[in-house]
Amino acid sequence: MAGKPKLHYTKGRGKMESIRWLLAAAGVEFEEEFVEAKEDLEKLRKDGALLFQQVPMVEIDGMKMVQTRAILSYIAGKHNLYGKDLRERALIDMYVEGTTDLMGMIMALPFQPPEAKEKNFALIIERATTRYFPVYEKVLKDHGQQFLVGNQFSWADVHLLEAILMAEECKPDILSPFPQLQAFKGRISNIPTIKKFLQPGSQRKPPADDKFIAQVKKIFNI
Amino acid sequence: MATKPKLYYFNGRGRMETIRWLLATAGVEFEEAEYLETRDQYEKLLKDGALLFQQVPMVEIDEMKLVQTRAILNYIAGKHNLYGKDMKERALIDMYVEGTMDLNEMIMCYPFSSPEEKEKNFALMIQRATNRYFPVYEKVLKDHGQDFLVGNQLSRADVQVLESILMIEEYEPTALSEFPLLQEARHLEAWLGNPNCTISMEEAEWKQYGGCWQQLESSLKNNS
Repeated sequence: MAGKPKLHYTKGRGKMESIRWLLAAAGVEFEEEFVEAKEDLEKLRKDGALLFQQVPMVEIDGMKMVQTRAILSYIAGKHNLYGKDLRERALIDMYVEGTTDLMGMIMALPFQPPEAKEKNFALIIERATTRYFPVYEKVLKDHGQQFLVGNQFSWADVHLLEAILMAEECKPDILSPFPQLQAFKGRISNIPTIKKFLQPGSQRKPPADDKFIAQVKKIFNI
Repeated sequence: MATKPKLYYFNGRGRMETIRWLLATAGVEFEEAEYLETRDQYEKLLKDGALLFQQVPMVEIDEMKLVQTRAILNYIAGKHNLYGKDMKERALIDMYVEGTMDLNEMIMCYPFSSPEEKEKNFALMIQRATNRYFPVYEKVLKDHGQDFLVGNQLSRADVQVLESILMIEEYEPTALSEFPLLQEARHLEAWLGNPNCTISMEEAEWKQYGGCWQQLESSLKNNS
């Protein structure tokens, strides 16, 4: 019987958070080992545990998987969250890449120089409301189904919910022009595995605070 | 009878080049739409609703207008049996190609470095290639002793690693000196061919891009 997947990362969202979301959505229990100081990262590297010297790394099914997208694709495929054919996969991939780009902008914000922060924050809001959310709003409107792809729950839905919540942390009323997304958010949040993940005490991580950012900068020499 | 895939991009490598390589490897003839050279052309594509997230690359294929480089690559690889035979092989391929894509990002962005950063970025690019990425692929080949990276058959991983090797060698001809198995893997180039080889970013006459320069630059930045 396979052990639980084991996640190696810092004790914050970063690139691991989407993986936590997807495992949780799939109802998979997982363990976490946190990189808290540079020495922890060096030890993982010295042990040959990190293919490209980087985290995230997830021990799963006898593999030490690295590279966020590789890990997410594997989990999605394994748990039937990746569509039923090549075309549905293509749609899911496109949608997920969009939300990845948006969340990437939000994630990068704390690490930018102070002068750039205000401009980049404005760009995030602009991109969310004029480039990304309108696409998903239209997808849902056009087919009238509950889920983004193939009339069934997929990785794309989980990822979009994560992006919506992250964007709302930036601007609480950011969904006001998007009624379909508001309904989507309500529906997906109520899926039992997701609902559980959204409750306090789950392994979901909070937004980065100053202390965490300082720690990350030290560990990764940023 | 299916029409040929049609690629929408600038006349350069950028994010489309890996897609060109993969189509060529799969033996798929493809067309390139009029190269994006002016702001007007880009705005027309936008107005036509052809770009899902307002960005290129875009590939018209099998009646879809696919965007997002990885989505396009995943589709082509899956369709043409270049993505391994099961989930575990896929996982290996995904890990390996994500490594090459990280390296390619550095290579792609290097010509856009500010003068002060150029030397540093060059050194980092070569260092990552020879200390972080190439050693991994060399070890994979050494450990299993097979000709191809995954599952004893040609996959997108081989193509993408080859592409990265060739690009790094353009900057540092001795980059493979410590990697005898990767040197052997270069023979793939001969029988894969690359009929649609395009000019490198350095060689391109940048002035011809005119107003597209900023779009390209910001598109690259926002895609990373």
